[in-house]
Amino acid sequence: MADVIGRSQQGPFVSLMTGLPGGGKTFLGILLVAALFVPLSNTFLPPDSPFHVPTYMVSLLGKYLCYALLALSVDLIWGYAGILSLGHGAFFALGGYAMGMYLMRQIGDRGVYGNPLLPDFMVFLNWTELPWYWHGFDMFPFAMLMVIVVPGLLAFVFGWFAFRSRVTGVYLSIITQAMTYALLLAFFRNDMGFGGNNGLTDFKDLLGFDLQATSTRLGLFVASIVALAFGYLVCCFITQSRLGRVLIAIRDAESRTRFSGYRVEYYKLFVFVVSAVLAGIAGALYVPQVGIINPSEFSPANSIEVVIWVAVGGRGTLWGAVLGAFIVNWGKSYFTGTFPEAWLYMLGGLFVFTTLFLPKGIVGTAGIWMDKFRAVRQSKMDIGSPASVREE
Amino acid sequence: MRIILKTIIAAFFCLLAGQATAQADLADAAKGLLSKSYSDKIQATEAIAASGDKRSVRLLEILLSGDLYALEADDRLVFLVKDGDRQIASDAVTGEEIGPIERTEISKIRINNRMRGLIKDLLGRLTLLNEDPALRINAANAIFKSRPAEMVAPLTEALAMETDEKVAAVMRRALAALNFAHGETPDVQADALVILGEQPDPEVRSMLSAELNRLAAAENPSSENQALAAKVRQALDKVEERLAMLGLVENVFQGISLGSVLLLAAIGLAITFGVMGVINMAHGEMVMIGAYTTYMVQELCRNFAPDMLTYSLIAAVPLAFIVAGLAGMAIERSVIRFLYGRPLETLLATWGISLILQQFVRTVFGPTNKEVSSPDWLSGAWEITGGLALTYNRIAIILFAAAVLLMLMLVLRKTAFGLEMRAVTQNRKMASSMGIRTGWVDAMTFGLGSGVAGMAGVALSQIDNVSPNLGQSYIVDSFMVVVFGGVGNLWGTLVGALSLGITNKFLEPYTGAVLAKICILIFIILFIQKRPRGLFALKGRAVEN
Repeated sequence: MADVIGRSQQGPFVSLMTGLPGGGKTFLGILLVAALFVPLSNTFLPPDSPFHVPTYMVSLLGKYLCYALLALSVDLIWGYAGILSLGHGAFFALGGYAMGMYLMRQIGDRGVYGNPLLPDFMVFLNWTELPWYWHGFDMFPFAMLMVIVVPGLLAFVFGWFAFRSRVTGVYLSIITQAMTYALLLAFFRNDMGFGGNNGLTDFKDLLGFDLQATSTRLGLFVASIVALAFGYLVCCFITQSRLGRVLIAIRDAESRTRFSGYRVEYYKLFVFVVSAVLAGIAGALYVPQVGIINPSEFSPANSIEVVIWVAVGGRGTLWGAVLGAFIVNWGKSYFTGTFPEAWLYMLGGLFVFTTLFLPKGIVGTAGIWMDKFRAVRQSKMDIGSPASVREE
Repeated sequence: MRIILKTIIAAFFCLLAGQATAQADLADAAKGLLSKSYSDKIQATEAIAASGDKRSVRLLEILLSGDLYALEADDRLVFLVKDGDRQIASDAVTGEEIGPIERTEISKIRINNRMRGLIKDLLGRLTLLNEDPALRINAANAIFKSRPAEMVAPLTEALAMETDEKVAAVMRRALAALNFAHGETPDVQADALVILGEQPDPEVRSMLSAELNRLAAAENPSSENQALAAKVRQALDKVEERLAMLGLVENVFQGISLGSVLLLAAIGLAITFGVMGVINMAHGEMVMIGAYTTYMVQELCRNFAPDMLTYSLIAAVPLAFIVAGLAGMAIERSVIRFLYGRPLETLLATWGISLILQQFVRTVFGPTNKEVSSPDWLSGAWEITGGLALTYNRIAIILFAAAVLLMLMLVLRKTAFGLEMRAVTQNRKMASSMGIRTGWVDAMTFGLGSGVAGMAGVALSQIDNVSPNLGQSYIVDSFMVVVFGGVGNLWGTLVGALSLGITNKFLEPYTGAVLAKICILIFIILFIQKRPRGLFALKGRAVEN
């Protein structure tokens, strides 16, 4: 404990960089290499080079990066605060919708109906004026603010009620699921003014850059990497700080932490809102890269899938969640392409296998093996002094 | 026109008075149709209607459809039925078959528009006296809709002769509408209005409000008109009040019906989640397995015992219980028992199982909806009054849900297994030291919950599409019901399901179905904040962990 306090006196950034958890620097390094290599390779290497990254791959990787950020946000609350949210897809989708609304307004009069103010679906529904909540979304800074504010606000209100009345564990999971389900139903309604069933699509450009252009895709890819790195640093900062210790205490023994004098609900609320904002940012970066946002993003099944990414990678390890998101989504892309029938068996099997045999996920399990390996080596090195093993 | 009307009415009196003498008249009357003059034909048509012969309806119908011919040889009236390339002629009066015939041997009996109108009218009257009550009701309803003044007398007569109370009620309504529309004196109209005011029927309402608008729109309302308008308003208010009552009853019924569907979907979960504390996300798939079992039983019946097809649903109930129950036990033994005490992991693992089961069913049966037909003893509706009809399959589901709940209560309270189950729930270690095989009880309990879900699947196959996604659409709802009602309490599940169902149906008219559902979800989310353990919370130390 003294060590933690001592470190925080060095200023937050230094303490963060020196205190990155195992693999953290490697992880950031990989992200940096990817951020440099992918755009350069795509632009300068000839298409037949084995190191050339084709443009479709850039978009695919960009999509995975957004999923990874979403997984990171789930790991922050599940891995460190023990809050299993089965509705994080809702925050992701809300961020996506905020971005989608900006992109919709950018279309201007280039839509099918050529209406300079109203998006196509509103013209189609015979609406005459823009609903109030669509105002301001033609401005990029405002839209970006909403990407953060809307998920954050929903998480704040939801968490305020849920954590104050001490809804925990499975009950919380079920009501987060109910929340995303209610939003799913709501966004399916045409009257809501979010394009109903079809959602928002047909985007043209972002900040004046054509969304179809390779350079824009590369830009979004790099932005996703930056967002992921930023999210990772935020999560590290939170989990390494004193706040993070309290969160872990809450995860492991909530009542005891409360009796020790901590206001458990505020800690949880804070981390829940941060996590929702990260999920919203992930959604906002996701939408321009896939070109559509529709209500199915709210479906409870999507949110549960996010949880399995984290579980496969290893909860409470942060970069494990990123790894899990990449592995599962790569598997999904691969198997839905080659054996579409088999994918759901594999995904289902993954859920069962991970919970039964890999409760700590890939990273967690690897960490245990590493520790064992080190311990064995250590004990071999100084035979006769078992005390050193214990110190280890 | 007047004269014709009078003859028709006269004809009716003849018809009513002299059934016996009329018999021979039909063939004679029909002879008049051979004449070239339309006025002769009209007289003949009226005479046919007046003959009182039961066969006259068929004859008129043939005439109306233009299928009536006369044989060139002996002027016999015939109608033709196609049989491949040949035309088979039959006697239009007696219906006896004559044989194949060439077009050249016959000449068509032509009718004009005036005759068509007349025949339709006459048929309407004749059907008022038809033997089939359904046809009589149709005829009376047709009169109610068009309200022809000339029908007052025949309808009065028909009503006097009517013995079936159901038909009489419809006729009374039609007669009141006629009297109101064509009544000579205000008294007749007032009496008619009193009768109309007692009809809880949307059609009466629209008729009365239309009448009210007409009266209000009159340029110079006479005092009579105003008095009439006041009476119409009175009757209309009465009708609306009754309709509102019926609407309430119907809403409650619909709500109970939805509630019992929710109850069926959730009751298995109340066992697995409520009693065992296992979050079974594959619960919906147990329902789906039950529905597919129903489909399988139906198909087996269709292939091997087609005459038993209507009872396949009954056979499906125990089978669905067994199949889903065994599936549940297999899941419990192979996965869930390793995860006791880790509810979040259980949730994820069972979600995985649900994906596998869905995909399995999709592989075996295909992704499309399967048709489970309703047996004929479940089709149709129980019509209470004009505006209110309760379909039999909904009623059956309500009864079925009640039966399942009762059965489950008995198992929990009155059997040794139920006792052991409750013991294991309350204190596993103690139960174990008393010699209860806790593992076995766990498996059986999970099997019971899953089996009940399977039985729910049988019922849901009647009102929902049997598809691999059947279960998913109920999973959120079922959890809501269990959480709202209170975990570990079957009464809570019952109250939760019914109150959610009824609230939903009462919200729907104001908000639409989707918004009503959203409101309910938000309500439950808020409710859980207030009472985290549901309506009927278990109390005591065991609850905490």
